[in-house]
Amino acid sequence: MIDFELPPQVQQARDMVHMVAETMMRPIAREYDEREHEKPWDFLHTMWEASKATNPVSFGGGGKKEPGTPSVRNLQTVVSIEELSWGDAGLYLSIPNPGLGGAAIAAAGTAEQRERFLARFRSGPPKWGAMAITEPHCGSDTAAIATTAVRDGDHWVLNGTKIFVTSGKMAAQESDGFVVVWATVDKSAGRAGIKAFVVERGTPGMTVVKVEDKMGIRASDTAMIVFENCRIPLDNILGNPEVQRSTEGFKGAMATFDATRPAVAASAIGIGRAALDFVRAELEKQGVKIRYGVSRNKLTAIERDFMDMEATLQAARLLTWRAAWLMDQGRHNNLEASMAKAKAGLAVTQVTQKAVELLGPLGYSRKYLLEKWMRDAKINDIFEGTQQINLLIVARRILGYSSKELN
Amino acid sequence: MVSFEPSEEQQLVRDTVAAFAQEQVRPQARASDESGEIPASLVEQGWELGLTQALIPEAYGGAGEAHSAVTSALFIEELAWADLSIACHLLAPRLLVVPLIEAGTEEQKRRLLPRYTQASFAAATAAVVEPRWDFDLASLSVTATRRNGSYVLSGTKCFVPLAAEAEHVAVFARVGNGDEVGVFLLERGTAGMNILEREKNMGLKGLATYEVAFEQCRIPTEQRLGGAAGCDVNRLLNLQRVALAAAAVGVARAAFEYARDYAKERKAFGVAIAQKQAIAFMLAEMAIEIDAARLLTWEAAWKLDRGEDATREAVLAKQYAANMALMVADRGVQILGGHGYIRDHLVELFLRNARGFATFEGLLTA
Ligand SMILES: Cc1cc2nc3c(=O)[nH]c(=O)nc-3n(C[C@H](O)[C@H](O)[C@H](O)COP(=O)(O)OP(=O)(O)OC[C@H]3O[C@@H](n4cnc5c(N)ncnc54)[C@H](O)[C@@H]3O)c2cc1C
Ligand SMILES: Cc1cc2nc3c(=O)[nH]c(=O)nc-3n(C[C@H](O)[C@H](O)[C@H](O)COP(=O)(O)OP(=O)(O)OC[C@H]3O[C@@H](n4cnc5c(N)ncnc54)[C@H](O)[C@@H]3O)c2cc1C
Repeated sequence: MIDFELPPQVQQARDMVHMVAETMMRPIAREYDEREHEKPWDFLHTMWEASKATNPVSFGGGGKKEPGTPSVRNLQTVVSIEELSWGDAGLYLSIPNPGLGGAAIAAAGTAEQRERFLARFRSGPPKWGAMAITEPHCGSDTAAIATTAVRDGDHWVLNGTKIFVTSGKMAAQESDGFVVVWATVDKSAGRAGIKAFVVERGTPGMTVVKVEDKMGIRASDTAMIVFENCRIPLDNILGNPEVQRSTEGFKGAMATFDATRPAVAASAIGIGRAALDFVRAELEKQGVKIRYGVSRNKLTAIERDFMDMEATLQAARLLTWRAAWLMDQGRHNNLEASMAKAKAGLAVTQVTQKAVELLGPLGYSRKYLLEKWMRDAKINDIFEGTQQINLLIVARRILGYSSKELN
Repeated sequence: MVSFEPSEEQQLVRDTVAAFAQEQVRPQARASDESGEIPASLVEQGWELGLTQALIPEAYGGAGEAHSAVTSALFIEELAWADLSIACHLLAPRLLVVPLIEAGTEEQKRRLLPRYTQASFAAATAAVVEPRWDFDLASLSVTATRRNGSYVLSGTKCFVPLAAEAEHVAVFARVGNGDEVGVFLLERGTAGMNILEREKNMGLKGLATYEVAFEQCRIPTEQRLGGAAGCDVNRLLNLQRVALAAAAVGVARAAFEYARDYAKERKAFGVAIAQKQAIAFMLAEMAIEIDAARLLTWEAAWKLDRGEDATREAVLAKQYAANMALMVADRGVQILGGHGYIRDHLVELFLRNARGFATFEGLLTA
């Protein structure tokens, strides 16, 4: 039955995470925006201690555990991410956890690999996982990856350059983490030749050469990593090492995004809600109340803008919940995940930019966080598939086209 | 517990109405827009679906099913997908029956409801909109003034569907000089209620709508919905907003599907135009926005079904859906190029209808 009530355990989780966001993240949000490349260690340790016991050893994927008891795990994940990002999106992205790399291992790894790479996230000091797909000359066009993996006896040898790796420095260098690297084992095979490899931190030949300076989410490090004759054990490949003439492996890896796109959408919505809350509070201080149900032709411009922002954000939230709910039901959500991501990425970009306009000097001043939220928001329309790439995915699904027919 | 899936019962209702909409209603859409008529046989078939009678308690001859805004939103989308004019015509009796079920006194139900459980369609309607650019449900200009144990109605309404044939009209009016709003149940032929000429609109051409003028229209106080205390008018308005939002989703989906199918067939520059990103991205955005508006609509309806105040949700859903429907229908025409402008295709009709949602109030109720 159609229902929008969050289950009690999700509500509880939301309330708890909200408290963390309000009491631990908001107070340091500005500081770590300005002190880019420094780490809020107190916060990171606290988050690690609080979450390590429950760090997922699998992420996304089918939720149904036993018949009759549908999981709410993915729903809880997106609801919690919204709260954390309401607190601060950059800090949220910097929290120690298996990250996107972990998601790939959970989705495509064997049981042995999940144990070997993910179990460590349940104990010891803070750790990070990362995923490296993007290269200087290819981002959206993942099939054009130039990093190579060549088999040499008992090892794979990686060569190439990866950029924009979220938490790449923490995963590759500063903690007992790993980087999941996408590379081609056979350039002539196109997509079918692309495989994912897990590189343990500190592996010789893997070097973090740069951490980017960014417009927003400055609390999160974004690294450039060079692989030079980097040798890793044979069994660090995720999935089948054979190059089949099908793109099964590639598709499997891409399926990771079905789980992570709703998470990005949720983060976007958290930022948008922060901006909207701020605008509402400032308007209320001036005695401006939004009049729901009064003729649109009689509303002030601010009321109209505010209502449009509110509606578009709520629409994005419901699309996101739907994508997560489908996963919890163990159902395909490729279309719905991209819909949510495309909508939320654009919505938060527009909502925060509008909010800065509406509040005039208060919006533009660094005395308040709104201008930062606008800077933070924009990344959600870019990573994990740009707006255009997600529209392309939606369009292919609704038109029944292959990537050859529509690209 | 969050779920995006209708219950089995709701799916059954939706599928039944969808089949009727596709097989019986859609084929009449163009003809009724051109002629301004809806075939009586179609109206009778629509009546047999029981979408009005289902709500009426068994004591008055109905099926006594629970009233659900969510279920209503589901079947309204299907009928509006097929044709908005015909959907409004078929569902017009609900404009009286739903307020009665929600807020009528026993006496009012006993007196009026049995008329709507007969084998044949009986028209009823509501008079909500007024002919002003700043029309506002919060400050109506049609007034009901209490005088010597009666109410006297005065002022003018417009967009009143089926007013000429309606057995009863639910009139939304301001009571006294404050902002209290009441609903008044008028019988056909009440002295002082003047049904003017049928209106001519840009869209909704198949639906007969009228201006209705009230001049010294005196009615007994018992005809106020809910009795002397009145009723929760906001709730009734929110049910109307949800219904219009669902209808906007239906019209938009119609335009989207039409354009999508055309774009896969139409070739230009050696490929289907759908293979051009300029077209494909429009279609993708249309699909996303339709789903977005539908979810907002469902959420508002769900809140109403829980008996909570859903003014904010219903207002936002309706506004969002109205803007969305216009955007989607316009792109529907655009994707067909010159052919979209020609009345051989339905997309221009969808666009004319979609433009109305910003203006429409009270044409439908969930
Ligand atoms: C802060 C940050 C963190 C990141 N984290 C990670 C990470 O952890 N791991 C990782 O691997 N990557 C990461 N990325 C990279 C990110 O995923 C890419 O930037 C993104 O996928 C876009 O690729 P690109 O920058 O090469 O842009 P390009 O692919 O060059 O795109 C440029 C423009 O062209 C458009 N475009 C491209 N192809 C098409 C097409 N077929 N049709 C229409 N338009 C098209 C795009 O939408 C975009 O507007 C991160 C990036 C940033 C900025
Ligand atoms: C009232 C009216 C009067 C007219 N008068 C004249 C006249 O006097 N003389 C005359 O010769 N014609 C006339 N036309 C025709 C008009 O110029 C064409 O309808 C118009 O050029 C579009 O062509 P089409 O209808 O075949 O659409 P199509 O070419 O089939 O286009 C359909 C859709 O695909 C899009 N599309 C097409 N190719 C691409 C592409 N490569 N990339 C992205 N999108 C694409 C279009 O923008 C459109 O949205 C008239 C049309 C109308 C409606």
